Amino acid sequence: MKIVGKPTNRVDGNALAKGKPVFADDIRLSDVLHIKILYSTIPHGRIINIHTEKALAIPGVVTILTHKDFPPHFYTTAGQGYPEPSPRDTLILNPTVRFVGDKVAIVVADSLEIAKQALKSITVEYEEYPAIFDPEVSIDNTVVLHPEINDDPFLFDSKRNIAARITADVGDVKVAERESHHVFEREYSTPYVQHAHVEPHITLTWMDENNRLVIRTATQVPFHVRRIVAEVLDFPISRIRVIKPRIGGGFGAKQEILNEEICAAVTLKTGRPARIELTRKEEFFASRSRHPQRIRIKMGLDEQYKIRFIDLNILENCGAYGPHALTVMSVTSQKTLSLYNIPNIRLHGDAVYTNLPIAGAYRGYGAPQGFFALESMMDEIADELNIDPIEFRLNNFFRTGDEIPIAEILGEGREGFKTVLNTTGIEECLQRGRILIGWDHHRGKEQTGVIRTGYGVAAVCQGSGIPGIDMASAFIKMNEDGSFNLQVGATDLGTGSDTSLAQIAAEVLEVPVEKIIVYSSDTDMTPFDTGAYASSTTFISGGAVKKAAELLKFRILEQGKRILQVDDADISDGIVKTSSGESLTYSDICTRSFYTDHQQQLMATASHTSFDSPPPFNATFVKVSVNTDTGEVKVLTVVSVTDAGQIINPSMAEGQVEGAIPQSLGMALSEFMIFDDNGRTVNTDFLNYHVYYPIDMPEIISEFVHTDEPTGPFGAKAVAEIPINGPAPAVVNAIYNACGVRIRHLPVTPEKFIRGLGKL
Amino acid sequence: MTEVTFTLNGKIIAVKCVPGTTLLEYLRQLEMYSVKYGCDDGTCGACTVLIDGKTQNACLTMVGTLQGKTIDTLEGLNEQKLVKSIQERFLTEGAIQCGYCTPGMILSLTALLRENEEPSEVDIRDAISGNYCRCTGYVKPIKAMLK
Repeated sequence: MKIVGKPTNRVDGNALAKGKPVFADDIRLSDVLHIKILYSTIPHGRIINIHTEKALAIPGVVTILTHKDFPPHFYTTAGQGYPEPSPRDTLILNPTVRFVGDKVAIVVADSLEIAKQALKSITVEYEEYPAIFDPEVSIDNTVVLHPEINDDPFLFDSKRNIAARITADVGDVKVAERESHHVFEREYSTPYVQHAHVEPHITLTWMDENNRLVIRTATQVPFHVRRIVAEVLDFPISRIRVIKPRIGGGFGAKQEILNEEICAAVTLKTGRPARIELTRKEEFFASRSRHPQRIRIKMGLDEQYKIRFIDLNILENCGAYGPHALTVMSVTSQKTLSLYNIPNIRLHGDAVYTNLPIAGAYRGYGAPQGFFALESMMDEIADELNIDPIEFRLNNFFRTGDEIPIAEILGEGREGFKTVLNTTGIEECLQRGRILIGWDHHRGKEQTGVIRTGYGVAAVCQGSGIPGIDMASAFIKMNEDGSFNLQVGATDLGTGSDTSLAQIAAEVLEVPVEKIIVYSSDTDMTPFDTGAYASSTTFISGGAVKKAAELLKFRILEQGKRILQVDDADISDGIVKTSSGESLTYSDICTRSFYTDHQQQLMATASHTSFDSPPPFNATFVKVSVNTDTGEVKVLTVVSVTDAGQIINPSMAEGQVEGAIPQSLGMALSEFMIFDDNGRTVNTDFLNYHVYYPIDMPEIISEFVHTDEPTGPFGAKAVAEIPINGPAPAVVNAIYNACGVRIRHLPVTPEKFIRGLGKL
Repeated sequence: MTEVTFTLNGKIIAVKCVPGTTLLEYLRQLEMYSVKYGCDDGTCGACTVLIDGKTQNACLTMVGTLQGKTIDTLEGLNEQKLVKSIQERFLTEGAIQCGYCTPGMILSLTALLRENEEPSEVDIRDAISGNYCRCTGYVKPIKAMLK
């Protein structure tokens, strides 16, 4: 291959490097209205009255919308395919508030300053209800969050506060437990974690010259935005255009329909352009976060240390509403049960409502929680049985050709598809990482000092798109200079997918990447794509691009033969050639097709779906140093070795790994939302919510092992989410290795650590 | 209204503004969109500008305090050789993902390289220590500057 797998600069790199106006907010709209949201100050209650008179009297305040201004249409903010497998439990504005930060009113003013001022002049009378903050007591509590919803197929039991439930059985766990030689049971948990993309949620809307609604927004799902806005505002899809410009990171938070419906409603009600941008503080309580999960695992092994059964029990806290409640938990289960070949499985998961901020999609989508539990447990078992943690894993992996039974049971809110593992590089990932970290030389040395070092490992997998559901399409047309316009619904949210898709097209068409002009994610201009989530873009959208490019190449060849009046010809290096030495360049063919010979626009479209979602694999090794006096944990080195099939763009693939690592280390060590007694988020800025800055970073070593996935474009699997699953469990395993303290409930704080040492 | 005169990207300008207007708000009104909003409190660095050659957060800088100062944004520096060389390194190394933090990071590195032509890894890390990036783990931005 000439282009796939080779260093290629980003197609949008130059504009980004120069700070060109390419992001959603980088345009000026005249006469624009500014929107601010008034949020609930109580965790649970009913709005009796909203006094807006004083605020409306402020010059420049245009309107204030409350629940009385919207028909009670229930929807889900989860930007998923239709029908969304999430509870339809949300109104644009609801007369009942369910957490500190729930939306109460929409303030619209001529300037941001006036809108902010107006917020302070509104008073709200509430009838307060008792609230639930602990997911452990949510089920069958006398406090019920969504009693009014009775017949939603994706809300499991509103009377019992259970947003979603999953269960599955493979084999017979009871029998397997009886027959196991070693049985272990443990409990783990993960906290509320934030995406913390640098660009906040930002949406602009206006009516265009044809009185159509334009939504320019930082989204991962432009086509879902169009569909859901049309639905909730009862406005025709034909009159909505959603434009996704460059996006300043999303990591799942921009899979949510968070502000688009509000901004659009303001434009439709006033006829004026409107703008809404969340502040950083608002991002922390009014956006989404990673679902906290409490995971209990029971596992049994036979004499040869083969895992005979697993009983996986999940309690997921989805907060006040349930976007992604079911599917995140489903991914937790499906991914953690797709790594080791365990013949007997019992699964039970409940996602429950609490009066806390809303969780949603976040990179890894449940798998980071699940693998934190599973890979901590694997380490605990290896330690108790005094066996090597790497050998223990190697002894239990699924291997090429194995069927993965759980994948057939658990799909996206419905049954999945029969899945056979075509490729796995997990053994190679482990063996390579073992060498890179120096596992056999350094690990397990006796230590006695205050500062001790430790080594930990985790093996993980993910998926490549949602099988049988994700669909992408591409359109390619040819220009006279032999360049091509590639139009895709695929959404580049900063990952570089425009570039990798251009590489795929260029590889097929045998032209340099510079000849591919990419335009993506504009619902008027590009064909449909479900969007950028579930590690789908390279695999699914890449598949569509490859098909479209192949079809166009075939048509170019046919046209070349017609023009040359020959029956036989080939394309090589972007030139149609006959055996007798005649040739036509792409430029010749297109120019003659436009103007003189067999006139037509050479173009092609293609769509792609897949019933396979081949798992990428990763082994993450971590070296930590711990201070047994202060409780400080320092991550010194992270080695991350990934099997993502054929890599399309090496530096972009490495970039995915390098960026995922600090996000996972954050979940392990420093990032967690803190709530006060009212469930109010306390740490709403980067001074108090500790993301990784340049000086916090460990040494990072990222490598790939090669596999050639037959179901992926040019052998590719996904790479966006897989590297976020391993670092957190590898860190706690390394801490244990350093000093024998096992931390099962994230985050690892100095206090928990010192307590573990028995010093508190 | 506050009245101040300062140099912005090489041009002397006189500005009248409401007291409390931040330089971030002001620059975005002028459509200098390389200066970006990310946090309100100087913790993300997306609004980094150079004031008298030193990196500053525009969100924490009041326009009224800028009398006689020289302010540079990436828009004014894009054609400078040093800046171009940093951008070129970033592109070749793959140091840009979403690109939202990139202008701020490039200005921080510009300020560094003007004073220190051969910075160490520690110098580079230190120079961009106020530029929060959620995509890259800072690995490639730092590597780009070491090559």
